[in-house]
Amino acid sequence: MSEDQIKKLEAEFEARIARDEKIEAKDWMPEKYRKTHIRQISQHAHSEIIGMLPEGNWITRAPSLRRKVALLAKIQDEAGHGLYLYSACETLGISREELYDQLHSGKAKYSSIFNYPTLTWADMGAIGWLVDGAAIINQVPLCSTSYGPYARAMIRVCKEESFHQRQGYEIMIKLANGTPEQKEMAQDALNRWWWPSLMMLGPTDDKSVHTEQSMKWKLKRKTNDELRQQFIDQTVPQADLIGLTVPDPDLKWNEERQSYDFGEIDWDEFWQVVKGHGPCNKERMNARVTAWEEGEWVRDAAMAHAEKKESRKVKEVV
Amino acid sequence: MNTNLYNYILGIADNSLILGQRLGELCGHGPSLEIDIACTNISLDLFGQTRSYYQYAAKIKEEGTTEDDIAFLRREREYMNLLLVEQPNRDFGHIMARQFLFDVYHLLLLQELEKSRDMTLAAIAKKSIKEVSYHLRFSSDWIKRLGDGIEESHQRVQTAIDSLWTYTDELFHQTEADKVMIEEGIGVDVTKFKDDYLKRVTAILEEATLKIPETKWFQKGGKQGIHTEHLGYLLSDLQYMQRTYPNMEW
Repeated sequence: MSEDQIKKLEAEFEARIARDEKIEAKDWMPEKYRKTHIRQISQHAHSEIIGMLPEGNWITRAPSLRRKVALLAKIQDEAGHGLYLYSACETLGISREELYDQLHSGKAKYSSIFNYPTLTWADMGAIGWLVDGAAIINQVPLCSTSYGPYARAMIRVCKEESFHQRQGYEIMIKLANGTPEQKEMAQDALNRWWWPSLMMLGPTDDKSVHTEQSMKWKLKRKTNDELRQQFIDQTVPQADLIGLTVPDPDLKWNEERQSYDFGEIDWDEFWQVVKGHGPCNKERMNARVTAWEEGEWVRDAAMAHAEKKESRKVKEVV
Repeated sequence: MNTNLYNYILGIADNSLILGQRLGELCGHGPSLEIDIACTNISLDLFGQTRSYYQYAAKIKEEGTTEDDIAFLRREREYMNLLLVEQPNRDFGHIMARQFLFDVYHLLLLQELEKSRDMTLAAIAKKSIKEVSYHLRFSSDWIKRLGDGIEESHQRVQTAIDSLWTYTDELFHQTEADKVMIEEGIGVDVTKFKDDYLKRVTAILEEATLKIPETKWFQKGGKQGIHTEHLGYLLSDLQYMQRTYPNMEW
């Protein structure tokens, strides 16, 4: 294809996105679009899978049968999200094995928040309320992103995430209205998860490398700082309502901006965790790699059995 | 309180609780995402059944008893599950062998329990049959895949069947509560389907090219609350919150 032809295709492609048309798997797309989408969708899928671990940590210790069942169902939803996000990603011409390899080798990233430990039952509430809350803010705009398979997966993901968020907040309400020990547990969880949740919305706009291109492709509708502000404005009143204190001495309502002013985020901590040196990076990766490696004989057996069955069938026919 | 009915219900329900707990340990660590989801699903079904049984048992016990009191606040000698279901998740071969050996039994049990004179138990059984039929299909398919698949999987699943076989005879033992409940047309006489059980298990194992263990030595005690050493650790996780923070709502 000549350079002119490619330019023409690119112009048509950008025009389609500008008209809000969906790009489908078989459509022509610029290589950069494909690569950016593989990166983002797989990062999202990996986050769902790694995200199962900190919550899975509390399944065996959940305090009641009702909570145990709800937690199991929630984690199962996350596995389901991982599954259809991987499928969406595969439509871009990459296999699940390649995607796992990228995760296990450390080449692909996942949401850093899951590198923090879950230390008490209240962390199950805080994760649902704050982490899923921040995730929804990130993800709702993606329901109308330009790549069709991703947009459709996100519609389902978002519905389930908002259920999880309510479930998490409900755990916090119960604790906040409970005994002094329970209230203390809830406050401690908020203290530990608040700042990492703000970091989840990404580096500040001046440090964010992908924003401009992502905006054009509708992979992003608002900047990181706008999303963060939205999260804070939405969450602070929820904390107030149940009598918990957001651990930020600089947090203050700004009448003029009709928004909260907030304190400085510790970006050194953020980059430390992103670069692999958070409290649980090694444990999380180790758990995934172990599950994958120890599962190899199981997957091989399934494959071998399927092949043998197929060849027996062929023999019968012959 | 009708102690026999209460004990009878727990004798069935505790199996679902303990096996559900074992499968819950696996969540996020399965050999593939699809298997992970399926095992979590089975765990969820089992906990759902547990809740139905315990809610019923709580009504029979004194005023104010809840499903959580029964699940979390008994002592280790008061759990009446089969030794089979408390066995640890050694590898996927053990996990599927344990599941399969239990599922065949569980389905046969529920198909009889559905005919119980006790309408609540009959209703729980009816609902559970659909779920357990799926569990059995899943575990049987995996026994066949692992047995027939590759040498390593064949050996692993054979080892698992061999080591778990010693717990299968207990499935057909009767407690005092069982006998009274059978007498009243409420309970199931498990001895009646022992042959059928062995026939069904044998058929799948043969299809999977696996050998039926020849041991004549069997372990028992779960139904009387005399367990293997594994149960204590499972209970310390299960009961942790309720023991550390007593009398609170969650």
